[in-house]
Amino acid sequence: MQQKKYWQNLGELKDSDAYRDSLKDEFAEELPQEAGSGLAEATAPRRDFLKYVGFSTAAAMAAASCEMPVKKSIPYLNKPENTIPGVADYYASTWVQDGNAVPVVVKVRDGRPIKIEGNELSSLTGGGTSAQVQASVLDLYDMARLRFPIADGKEVTSFEAFDKMVSAAMAGIGSTKVVLLTSSVSSPTTLAAIAKFLEKHPGSEHIQYDALSASGMLLANESTYGRKAIPAHRFDKAKVIVSLGADFLGTWLNPVEFSRQYAAGRKVVQSNPEMSKHIQFESMLSLTGANADDRYVHRPSETGAVALALYNAVSGATEAKPLADERLKKGIAQAAAALKSAQGAALVVSGSNDPDVQILVNAINEAVGANGTTIDWSAPLNTRKGSDADMARLITEMKDGKVGALLVHGVNPAYDCFDAKGFADGLKKVAVSVSFNDREDETTELCKYAIPDHHYLESWGDAEARAGHVSFQQPTIAPLFKTRAFQTSLLLWSGDATNYSDFFKAYWVGKLGSQEAFDKALQDGVLTPQPGAAAAASFSAAEVVPAANRVSSAKKGGKTELALYAKVSLGSGKSANNPWLQEMPDPITKATWDNYAMISYAKAKELGIAIDDNYEVEATKPTIRVKAGGRELTLPVLAIPGMHPDVIAVAVGYGRSEKAGKAAANVGTNVYPLVSFNGRTFDYHVADVACERTGEDYLIAYTQTHNQYEGRKEVVREYALSELKSHPKILLEQREKLAEDYAKKTGDYRVEGTLYPNYPYPGPKWGMSIDLNTCTGCGACTVACTAENNVAVVGKSEVLRNHEMHWLRIDRYFATYRDDSGKDDLDSLNVVFMPMMCQHCDNAPCENVCPVNATNHSSEGINQMTYNRCIGTRYCANNCPFKVRRFNWADYTGADSFPNNQEEGKLDPAVFQMNDDLTRMVLNPDVTVRSRGVIEKCSFCVQRLQEGKLKAKKEDRPLETGAEGKWDVRTACQQACPTNAIVFGNVNDPKSPVSKIRNEEQTARVFYSLEQLHVLPNVSYLAKVRNTDRHVGLAAAHAEGHAEGADKAEPAH
Amino acid sequence: MTSLRSFPGNIPCLLLTASLLLAPSSSLRAQDGKQLFNAKCASCHAVDKNLVGPALKGVEDRWPDRDKLYAWINNSSALIKTGYPRAVEVYNQFNKIQMTAFPELKPADIDAILGYIATAGTPKPTEGGATGAAPTDDSGSSDSGLLYGILTLVLAVVALILLQVNSNLRKMTDEKEGAETAEPIPFWRNKAYIALAAIILFMGGGYMTFQSAQGLGRSKNYQPEQPIYYSHTVHAGINQISCLYCHGGAQDSKHANIPSVNVCMNCHMAINEYAKGPKLYREDGKEVDGTAEIRKLYQYAGWNPDTKTYTGQGKPIEWIRIHNLPDHVYFNHAQHVKAGKVQCQTCHGEIQKMGEVYQASDLSMGWCINCHRETKVQFTDNKYYSIYEKFHEDIKNKRLDSVTVEKIGGTECQKCHY
Repeated sequence: MQQKKYWQNLGELKDSDAYRDSLKDEFAEELPQEAGSGLAEATAPRRDFLKYVGFSTAAAMAAASCEMPVKKSIPYLNKPENTIPGVADYYASTWVQDGNAVPVVVKVRDGRPIKIEGNELSSLTGGGTSAQVQASVLDLYDMARLRFPIADGKEVTSFEAFDKMVSAAMAGIGSTKVVLLTSSVSSPTTLAAIAKFLEKHPGSEHIQYDALSASGMLLANESTYGRKAIPAHRFDKAKVIVSLGADFLGTWLNPVEFSRQYAAGRKVVQSNPEMSKHIQFESMLSLTGANADDRYVHRPSETGAVALALYNAVSGATEAKPLADERLKKGIAQAAAALKSAQGAALVVSGSNDPDVQILVNAINEAVGANGTTIDWSAPLNTRKGSDADMARLITEMKDGKVGALLVHGVNPAYDCFDAKGFADGLKKVAVSVSFNDREDETTELCKYAIPDHHYLESWGDAEARAGHVSFQQPTIAPLFKTRAFQTSLLLWSGDATNYSDFFKAYWVGKLGSQEAFDKALQDGVLTPQPGAAAAASFSAAEVVPAANRVSSAKKGGKTELALYAKVSLGSGKSANNPWLQEMPDPITKATWDNYAMISYAKAKELGIAIDDNYEVEATKPTIRVKAGGRELTLPVLAIPGMHPDVIAVAVGYGRSEKAGKAAANVGTNVYPLVSFNGRTFDYHVADVACERTGEDYLIAYTQTHNQYEGRKEVVREYALSELKSHPKILLEQREKLAEDYAKKTGDYRVEGTLYPNYPYPGPKWGMSIDLNTCTGCGACTVACTAENNVAVVGKSEVLRNHEMHWLRIDRYFATYRDDSGKDDLDSLNVVFMPMMCQHCDNAPCENVCPVNATNHSSEGINQMTYNRCIGTRYCANNCPFKVRRFNWADYTGADSFPNNQEEGKLDPAVFQMNDDLTRMVLNPDVTVRSRGVIEKCSFCVQRLQEGKLKAKKEDRPLETGAEGKWDVRTACQQACPTNAIVFGNVNDPKSPVSKIRNEEQTARVFYSLEQLHVLPNVSYLAKVRNTDRHVGLAAAHAEGHAEGADKAEPAH
Repeated sequence: MTSLRSFPGNIPCLLLTASLLLAPSSSLRAQDGKQLFNAKCASCHAVDKNLVGPALKGVEDRWPDRDKLYAWINNSSALIKTGYPRAVEVYNQFNKIQMTAFPELKPADIDAILGYIATAGTPKPTEGGATGAAPTDDSGSSDSGLLYGILTLVLAVVALILLQVNSNLRKMTDEKEGAETAEPIPFWRNKAYIALAAIILFMGGGYMTFQSAQGLGRSKNYQPEQPIYYSHTVHAGINQISCLYCHGGAQDSKHANIPSVNVCMNCHMAINEYAKGPKLYREDGKEVDGTAEIRKLYQYAGWNPDTKTYTGQGKPIEWIRIHNLPDHVYFNHAQHVKAGKVQCQTCHGEIQKMGEVYQASDLSMGWCINCHRETKVQFTDNKYYSIYEKFHEDIKNKRLDSVTVEKIGGTECQKCHY
């Protein structure tokens, strides 16, 4: 029979020798004793050593004992009325980047924005965020920001002087036109300001350009629906979702909104277990594909063929040229059947930028009744308006000298354009070039003038992500540098001396009717339109047949194809200088600080890369030379399952210039030059590439081999929906078996199974529940935790040594089947994400082994860590079965009292960037900055718990932990989660959601990680459910798990 | 942060610790009384000298009728109206300043306070009458330390003499019996003595080293000279300004907050000279010109007292911070002041009597923990604690009479360190 295997890396699957070796030692690398300087060979004899120690201790005591620093306490001269130093204020704002907009609430402590939370009043995101949103607060304090306006690379001392220079220059451009180049603009007031500017400069043009374009979709919608817009996709209303390469949970259009909707359809109610079915067709393993119930791979050049085949299958037409791949064919039949059966509640989306593919997708949606149900035209999306053809035309016009002035805001075409070189050449012929970008990026460097815009946390502004869904920005800090709002400049240069902030206020006070309404809207941060019925748009099928013909006559791809994708962390690459994002492990590969060629195991074999014992255990990776369309790139390779055998996938957004910042420079390779323009839209794949191994090696800092569970298998649980329906207690029965040996009478290990007294936890007892079914693995929680808890950035060199500090990691499991012959079927791959942080075990193995009692248990069920008591024996980390404790191997934060404790050259530049006085303004003052030599780990955001408790005490009322939707305390990860997969609260309160989940609502799916160890975690999980006919269930794993469980069942400590 | 201050805090610390070891443990009652005294009485009364109100030493003798005394404390003006002679006498004697009414004090509480007053001034029974002049409570016992030291020294000398006599006698008997004796070894070369001295030195040195090490970073009694001589005696003591008027952050925030200059100017726009109050002196005895100090405030505020206008040239005052906690300690004023209803004086000492502020407590962890062990939370008054059902049950069943901070986890690491 088949055996199901969960594995995080190939070594684990194969149980290779190198993998087993790597498990032997608690810490992967040699302990930092330089070779040859061991105590035995020490040149200083022991007596001398003792003398030095004695003398230096005495000297330090003498020096320290009688002198202490004098600290000043400087109050305000005139305290602002509503500010209390030490109390955080919260302001609603909106994160805007690359056109994307997410409503947020900004935590401002003593005048400094320090944390971004989602805005729960938002009708779109409901308080969800993404990793990029969470990390955006760090960009405010980015050292690489441009600090003043410049002209020809020199500082301009005043805005007036700058305006004079620009107006004089603009006056001299003659009859050539002025072009304003921006990313997609959804802000109504900005559009109004732009309109004023265009009016003032006749013949001028506003071009919107998106590095990650949806131009193909806009064109397709224009020809089929007659509207050049993107409708709202309603994943929550869809019972069947088919995605043709759209990474809608990670990077496609509006992932935060889509994640929330998707989760709504994926929440399993125990009494009536139903959930949406999600089938993914794609070329590489994306975050969305990893979440799919069924998943099929194809070549990028086959995207059209897949769409056509699906269209034919749905519409009942016979296929002229059937697909060759049997598995793919079966998948299309399955998807078509599912779509048809869910008429009116089905949705097909495609990530392709080819208008023909999108026309076919529109036709499929029309055929399955999506138009007006899951495709809603009542509130179209405004965040993708970029036109690829306009951009291509602009480059030609610039080269032809037709453009006299180019104003660039929020885009970086000299880096991310398909023809960056052409753009740079064209720019030389533009007489007046002005950049409003925040740093001297690739484009700004080429511009004559630069006047940096504010960071969004310093700005007034607005965004209308969907028609009617407006969200606002308000300044949370005075501008740190000499920057000016982009819109103010536009207004000024169109002869209107109004400040943008006044313009913005006047616009909205006018629109909303009164100052009060404006104040309310600003306070809420969002305007929510009345919910209306979904609207359909009239569909014209005229273009479908021509599109189908064009698709079927498309050129076939070569032997190997290359696909470009955006990473969940960096997206288009604007935030490349954000160390939090750079260090966030990619959800799929778990790699940090790099882009690389993702290839299949088959491809690796073909390239002569031995996927041998050492492959995944070692960070050293071979590199390949990729030749595509006259360009040659050298990239390191990462072989992972779930890739199409002939596809190489590379992430964009890396390889930034030196001036983009310390953390961005020299990280990865820029692959935007591989984007091509096909006359209508950008192609994000190359149909024929040649590749060969170079013989050079490269180190990729990836975390997938760190923190291993040493062969324990009951970490993660997963089954099929059918199994949950037919045998709802299957998981419960397994859990009950675990209690049998120790707690025969009550079934409660706490009462019978332990020598320790059963501590009653008289007050609140904190607990967390994580639903693996709605967790998409997006990583927003990881970055939120980093921001909230001052988690250190360690840099690539330290990640390579297993020294990453994340308190919350997301374990990514591949699940495959092994048949009797021992062969692993890597095609039918399941991926499970599991957020893993300190489990706050009530019977914690770490607590018992600490020689100095630095970690112990609180009366509220928290596993406490006291940094100042910790002496760094690391016994606790050694004894932790979940491997969630982190040791400060170096002085990453500069918190040590010793100066010169950080060695330049030994730690990466990003670490020093994080320790700059400017960057340190982001630190949360309520959380200790840890110094070298101590262990740290998840604290359940104890500072938030204490704050919430105090709030309740001050208001003389009981603590609210979620009953009736009232929350005094929420952990950072819970707040950040776009799908509400994480629920935290007081388990002693029977009305709190966390107790309800455990005891009433989800009793069948609750499990504790490694429950057989009886460490009694305070974090519970809900098993992953897959809506598939394939066997993914527990039954087989159960038999195996139990057999192993029997001999593995270890007594608790 | 660049300048350094000298702080010889270790020696007193050592003496204090030593004396604590010797001092008899006071009863819980007196502890309560002391707390109550500090919280309720200390702003106007001292035990042994007249302040706003009379010295309280011997108050029980002056008020023969105890019930009247209770009535006086609960509501003095009501008692004066009845014409009770002692009440009228005190009222007239102290410039007809009305004593604040304390209706919340129950007879048992008052007894506790009186109990404290009775013991506070009197010498400790074990110490043979010596009372210290130092302001700390247990300072009296440091003299007993000296006494024990002298005693030990005398005994040691006696022992030495006896040993010497013993050895001389043995020598004499040996000589008498004609036995061979070795040349006598002088005691400074006697290995036993050397070893003894070494052990004593080692233990004493170790003890002192340990105490000094523990005292590192602590700065009890730290009293820097501030940019303006601001007298809490004048403001909080004589003028009875509520602490929270200036330090309002104490009930909302983790920081009590030093008031911004505009708060000072609320009053000092009108009060521009120091004329009526008692003379002010610095610690070194130098007299302070109060009016000149108010002028300094005007400088900072950018206020021209002649034209009564702001010049716009103000700058914040750079006060020197006295109460410093290490960075790894989280302390929240609101938790203590608002939720815990702890009086400011409990930690900051009798601030209303401080000319220049000094650090009254050593702000050590042991000091915090001890208070957390003893202090009771507002268990029945604050509805937050309603979730502690078991304790409420125990209180109802008389298994528990009160809930201390420790009982609800107030001595756990992550209450203050995170």
